[in-house]
Amino acid sequence: MNPVEARVNPGTELDLSRLRALRVNQPAVARRVAALNASRSVKKNFQAAWLVKAIQCMDLTTLAGDDTPGRVRRLCAKARMPLRADLQQALGVDGLATGAVCVYHEMLPEAVKCLEGSGIPVAVVSTGFPAGQTPMETKLREIELSVAAGAREIDIVISRRHALTHDWAALYEEVRAYRQACGDAHLKTILATGELQTLENVARASWTCMMAGADFIKTSTGKESVNATLDVSLVMVRAIRDWAEETGHIVGYKPAGGISSARLSLQYLALMKEELGNDWLVPDRFRFGASSLLTDIERQLEHHVTGFYSAQWRHALP
Amino acid sequence: MKPAMPTVTDILATMDYGPSPESADVANAWLDDHDRCFGHFIGGQRVKGEAHFDSVNPATGLAIARIAQATPGLVDSAVQAAAGAQPAWAALGGHGRARFLYALARSLQKHARLFAVLETLDNGKPIRETRDVDIPLAVRHFYHHAGWAQLVDTEMPGHEPLGVVGQIVPWNFPLLMLAWKIAPALACGNTVVFKPAEQTSLTALLFAVVCQEVGLPAGVVNIITGDGAVGEAITAHPGIAKIAFTGSTEVGRAIRRATAGSGKKLSLELGGKSPFIVFADADLDAAVEGLVDSIFFNQGQVCCAGSRLLVHEGTAPRLLARLKQRMARIRLGDPMDKSTDMGALVDRTQWSRVQGFVDRARAEGAQIHQACAPGSAEPGGDACFFPPTLVTGVESSSEIVLEEVFGPVLTVQTFRTPAEAVELANNTRFGLAACVWSESIGQALDVAPRLKAGVVWVNTSNQFDAACGFGGYRESGFGREGGREGLREYLRARTVAPARPGATALGRRRGKATAEIELRPGLADVVGGPAIDRTPKLYIGGKQVRPDGGYSQAIWAGDRLLGVVPEGNRKDIRNAVEAARGAVAWERQTAHGRAQVLYYLAENLAAQGERLVRCLSPVSGPAAAQREVQASVDRLFAAAAWCDKFDGAVHQPPLHGVTLALHEAIGVVGLVATPQAPLLGLVSLVAPAIAMGNRVVAVPSTRLPLVAAELYAVLDTSDVPAGVVNLVTGPVDALADVLAAHADVDALWWHGATTAQSQRAESLSVSNLKRTWVTTSAVDWLVAPPTQGRAGLEQAVQVKNVWVPYGV
Repeated sequence: MNPVEARVNPGTELDLSRLRALRVNQPAVARRVAALNASRSVKKNFQAAWLVKAIQCMDLTTLAGDDTPGRVRRLCAKARMPLRADLQQALGVDGLATGAVCVYHEMLPEAVKCLEGSGIPVAVVSTGFPAGQTPMETKLREIELSVAAGAREIDIVISRRHALTHDWAALYEEVRAYRQACGDAHLKTILATGELQTLENVARASWTCMMAGADFIKTSTGKESVNATLDVSLVMVRAIRDWAEETGHIVGYKPAGGISSARLSLQYLALMKEELGNDWLVPDRFRFGASSLLTDIERQLEHHVTGFYSAQWRHALP
Repeated sequence: MKPAMPTVTDILATMDYGPSPESADVANAWLDDHDRCFGHFIGGQRVKGEAHFDSVNPATGLAIARIAQATPGLVDSAVQAAAGAQPAWAALGGHGRARFLYALARSLQKHARLFAVLETLDNGKPIRETRDVDIPLAVRHFYHHAGWAQLVDTEMPGHEPLGVVGQIVPWNFPLLMLAWKIAPALACGNTVVFKPAEQTSLTALLFAVVCQEVGLPAGVVNIITGDGAVGEAITAHPGIAKIAFTGSTEVGRAIRRATAGSGKKLSLELGGKSPFIVFADADLDAAVEGLVDSIFFNQGQVCCAGSRLLVHEGTAPRLLARLKQRMARIRLGDPMDKSTDMGALVDRTQWSRVQGFVDRARAEGAQIHQACAPGSAEPGGDACFFPPTLVTGVESSSEIVLEEVFGPVLTVQTFRTPAEAVELANNTRFGLAACVWSESIGQALDVAPRLKAGVVWVNTSNQFDAACGFGGYRESGFGREGGREGLREYLRARTVAPARPGATALGRRRGKATAEIELRPGLADVVGGPAIDRTPKLYIGGKQVRPDGGYSQAIWAGDRLLGVVPEGNRKDIRNAVEAARGAVAWERQTAHGRAQVLYYLAENLAAQGERLVRCLSPVSGPAAAQREVQASVDRLFAAAAWCDKFDGAVHQPPLHGVTLALHEAIGVVGLVATPQAPLLGLVSLVAPAIAMGNRVVAVPSTRLPLVAAELYAVLDTSDVPAGVVNLVTGPVDALADVLAAHADVDALWWHGATTAQSQRAESLSVSNLKRTWVTTSAVDWLVAPPTQGRAGLEQAVQVKNVWVPYGV
């Protein structure tokens, strides 16, 4: 059971001077990430536990044009049973489930139905996902319809043009409106960092979204040519850290897209632990948006339990 | 007994990293193969030691091997072996040597993990650092210098190896320092006698095995172990052509003293107290990580560690709060664990030294903040763990701000303006490295050249590479390691030195004449008429001044009085140095601007040609005098021409960014002219020195009393700013002593000195470890002045490497 934490970030007024004061040195970010990757290592039971944590923090995702109710049923079943029962037993983690399931609006009813009683929330991508180039009116309506249909988390995409032209006031107003439309549902804001390009844009967009009341900030749709990276993540989690220090409000972090290896997921967890601390190593505050990551983790966990290397086909398809 | 492995469920609650130990099995097996008792490596052979001492793993306090203490006789046989091997090694040619250096690089790489583990066991630094920093950089150094061996003949034409080089390194980067020393020496065709620090000899001994493995000719590399006495024996050995030393400033001074006047080339890479400047517009998270890399890397036992944090006053609270948070995540403990950030200090002595500094700072009233991650090792016991330490409430006058601690101890001071930041940064005897953190490129690049440091890192810290020179300003030593600038330390110009004439007591004696100066025709023309008396003075700070002592000296040639020169004394030198120090604007003048002044100087000198020829003729004869004046004009033209052409370089380390090797003026240069060619000798010294932005205090020859006066008359009319050139005549030996010992004189040039003069000048130079360029062979100033061309310019500058990473 992963109960959804009550919404904790009410946001603030837009503070442009705070945005302007943000400085990000790109080579230094890269150096920190490289050093971190080389300096934290988890072995044996520790590695197994960390991989279990990665499953708990996973938004198991399908976002494709060919999604069907059948496909979504399989995904939801996997969310309820993300690891073979014998492995769960061996590891002492029976009842393991993923953090959420993430789908398009049209797949929402099927997902809600399949996950009923599991406590696993359904997240829906929204606001003209992935490009966000649709009218504001329909974007807001999209959110309302999804909330009404049972979505507990709304993953919106920001209008990249606002960030790219540094029109932070427009971005703030946009996200503020989404916040309003979400009601009690969690608001996750997707920055599409691969398109924002510079780390300073990423930092400023992160801050603008948090000021506008985002509950989570999220890197990518998974559809950009560059999706989540550790470099971008470092910038975003530092923004979350500073936001919490300065306002007392808690915002979660969700890297999405391109995270497909167990090893990489451990690096993300270490990054969270080093920059934000253990408090952020919980599904309420940290999610991976991933589709193929789970299988690799399952293989590693089977190796841990049995001592021999596993194969992909020994684990149920997500 | 090991604690039981916690369950997955337990760990899910704590999310600890858990243990992640690197295996020491292979390294232990290697030590066992040698019965954990080692000798030396001489002439390609293992040589058994007589007396031995323990090498201790500082993380456990346990002895891991016995290391031999070399005797003086053994040092001698190592030097003999190196001397015997040197001619053939040089004759092998660049390509041949390149093959061996390449093989050494390859072999180090093949055994990389063994070297890393052995280094960690011996030194106490984390395996992550030996694995990711020490060993890869050492490998890279051999690769890079394999390239230099290949290119040295064509890239450094007219140069030759020095011979046998003695190399002595400290314990903080044992194998890396070995690479920094041995690779360039070998590339240039030298052979070496190498001594590792007694605390950390093991990787050097493993390197000896690698030398055997690649079939390096016997005697090219000789490795002898032992304490400081062995270093002293190497330093004193007459068969050594150069000493390359890395270590403490104290020992560096002793080496300077010991080698003074010996003609041994010297490079010293010494201590530091490097500033770490954070401006308000810095990426503070980046700066905090930079601090971690800078002062906590290798437990702070790094000569270029950024041990003095200088932060903008308004920014300090935020930066320090973040730094404290970050310190609380530093994992201090077992260096063999892959998640350890900081291991042990090298030994108990060092631990006590660092603790002493911290205790005294606390007693002085400083606030001490120590923190590290939960579960870290406890300081105390047999292991030498020391926590990351932040010291606030200190000022420029505090001991812990002034002295090198060589441990994980950071002091904090604040500044208000960039100018104050620079002033605080330069308020030190040292000058090894500096960091500048600002997201404004204008700000960073404005400050970088104003910092007195051999390396400046812009928005980064502790970056090293074989392609980029590393070395200090001021008492952090001299000479560079890495890059083309480092190569020069292992070469000398190939010259056919003119035979040194016998004792040359030239005509300068109080009262009565000496016989050496032959009075030529022409003097009569000058002195024949009823001349108006001229009173030459000293030239200090752009003014003609009377000597402080009020004495003058009559200069005789035969029984004729050539003139009377003012007799400067130590106070005149002091005043001249002050004037020179004050003329700092000359250094900041554009190269084009300095060229203009030098051309103008040449123009005015030429205009006074006739007078100068008349002045010189009595001792040189009219024809030689003519040549001397013409050559002086030529020297000034050459120096003017070079002003904007002696470019630095852009190095290409494996980094997305640039490293700018800037040629910077050294500062105040003392010049001692010799009696030969009284005008030309002086101009040949002054011209290249001031062309590069230095200010000079020159002691002209008094052989011809009026030369200095004629020269300053020209200086006065040539827009040479006050203080750039200062002329103090008087007793040469006494004045040279004052210059050599003066702590505010950065360099001393003296060509054609006697051996005794050279010995004295180099000994006295230890006061501030000034760069000395003192030679004892006779100089032909007309045909082959030592200051001509690049040779002189290289002495007139020091190289500052500014690292500017800009991308990924």
